[in-house]
Amino acid sequence: MPTEPWKIGDREFQSRLLVGTGKFPSVSAMQSALEASGTEIVTVALRRVDLTGHKDPQADMLEEIDQNKYLVLANTSGAMNAEEAVRLARLAVAAGLPKWVKLEIHPDPRYLLPDPIETLKATEILAKEGFTILPYINADPVLAKRLEEAGAATVMPLGAPIGSNRGIETRAQIEIIIEQACVPVIVDAGLGAPSHAAEALEMGADAVLINTAIAVAEDPAAMATAFRLGVEAGRLAFEAGLSPARREASATSPLTGFLDE
Amino acid sequence: MSGWPGSALEGLPFKRTNTVAKFEELMFGTARLEELAEQARAETRKNFGKTMRLFAPLYLSNECVNTCKYCGFSKDNPIRRVTLKPEEVEKEARYLAQTGFRSLLLVSGEHPREVPAGYIAECVKKSVSLFPSVAVEVAPLETPEYRQIVEAGAEGLVLYQESYDRPAYAEMHVSGPKRNFDERLAGPERGYVAGFRRIGLGVLVGLADWRRELVALAAHVSHLMKVCWRAQITVALPRLRPAAGGFQPRVAMSDRDFVRALCAFRIAFPQAGIVLSTREPEQLRNGLMELGVTMMSAGSETEPGGYTGVGKERLHRTVRGREVALESSEWERAEATEQFEISDERSAEQLSLALRQRGLDPVWKDWDRALTA
Repeated sequence: MPTEPWKIGDREFQSRLLVGTGKFPSVSAMQSALEASGTEIVTVALRRVDLTGHKDPQADMLEEIDQNKYLVLANTSGAMNAEEAVRLARLAVAAGLPKWVKLEIHPDPRYLLPDPIETLKATEILAKEGFTILPYINADPVLAKRLEEAGAATVMPLGAPIGSNRGIETRAQIEIIIEQACVPVIVDAGLGAPSHAAEALEMGADAVLINTAIAVAEDPAAMATAFRLGVEAGRLAFEAGLSPARREASATSPLTGFLDE
Repeated sequence: MSGWPGSALEGLPFKRTNTVAKFEELMFGTARLEELAEQARAETRKNFGKTMRLFAPLYLSNECVNTCKYCGFSKDNPIRRVTLKPEEVEKEARYLAQTGFRSLLLVSGEHPREVPAGYIAECVKKSVSLFPSVAVEVAPLETPEYRQIVEAGAEGLVLYQESYDRPAYAEMHVSGPKRNFDERLAGPERGYVAGFRRIGLGVLVGLADWRRELVALAAHVSHLMKVCWRAQITVALPRLRPAAGGFQPRVAMSDRDFVRALCAFRIAFPQAGIVLSTREPEQLRNGLMELGVTMMSAGSETEPGGYTGVGKERLHRTVRGREVALESSEWERAEATEQFEISDERSAEQLSLALRQRGLDPVWKDWDRALTA
């Protein structure tokens, strides 16, 4: 049963699973995982690819991704500030990539937590230049609104630090972001199991981005399939109208039943 | 705890943080090595994936003003010496780029006249068009000198303390500026201020009680992660290898302890890079590929001109600061003397094949100069 399509900017997508391309044991493992995931959007770290136009065989990840099939979303990881991220995004376009950027600015190489100030600055600059911007942020509802006003096409709050596989530790904040957002909300980072992805979609997130959990699985393609199913299940449940969870059992004979008598 | 190193941090400006305590427990506690190995593998996969970053060292000069008991380049060793010209460095770099490397480490002895900061910066400039990532491993410099090197395009700084044990340090470093322990200890922080993005720390295992050295190194890493919070910290535990001068390591560290140490570092500092050089033998390097190591070198030469033979015609000895021509009979062997003998002699290609066989993807390029240019 197909779920509803969704849009980033003017572009429509069916799959609600975005997949990152780092950490895979081999190119072929990555390719089969992408195929199995059913994804339409893949992210590629620009620092891993050749941006000089020389088609470096030692950095040829882009050659291995079918760009007719997947939208390649350049990711600025490695950038520590707005200036570096903006420069990298421009170079990616000059190297022939689409004018879409996953804006990732994390000055701290340990937890890779995003810098909100630099991310907002870079969004302001790149929006004026016509980029479709998908910023990676901490689960901060006010920042999400500020980015939206600055021209971000989506917001991508983290569930937990990148690679941590801890699931949606920021649930309460993400609920507020979803409630307030006028742009798609993509939960990014920290999702370690298909059930985490399902949870995000059940909450009403528009999509999720998964990398580590798929890339380092014993069988990346099988794990990609599992995430595809998790995402579909979560979205279907959301569309079908989940009953809100209740803290206590509700009485089967309603206390206000007398009103109907 | 058995083997507890006691006052390893005495006299050092580092605190025993929770992370250091955790490292001690892992290293000297009762956990079985196999358990640590499993945990180390899981942490490595989570944080770095099934990948291995590869790099190559390029020696600029084996001139040195220091007398260090364990080092082949030690001032009084009658070795064949040379300092490459920046054009020669470029030739060596081109060779390494052709063999597949995209991450370069420029290494040099300490010689303020032959190897000043300006010269190092020149060599960096010659390398950056061929290598997206260039790091330097040179004598500790002042912040403005480091800045010159950063501005030339280097993003990584490697500066091993060698030993954190002050008495052993004083004994090993007989003369020369390297005797200044504290100057060296503060070097990484000066480099950070100057703009280096990757900082490599390490101890040379074999100079003093390695238990204490490991704890001190862990404390240094923990300290730098607070103070230099934007930098990627890497660690290395090179075990001393035979070198000119015939120094015998004072203390040995068994393979088992070595593996345990790398696992303990991985678990205590899940996001730190761990570097493994060609000093270690093939079999051990293969085993460690999955247990925490994130950066490896291959096909390394540890003498200036070692890859292409550049600089040969200028080989000489240095006696009391003056160049002395080689005896005519010596020209047959005509190459500079290496810093130490490598053990794993596989080429870059052979190493990447071995990585693939173990389900690891060799990563050559993991940095783009555009980030910092």
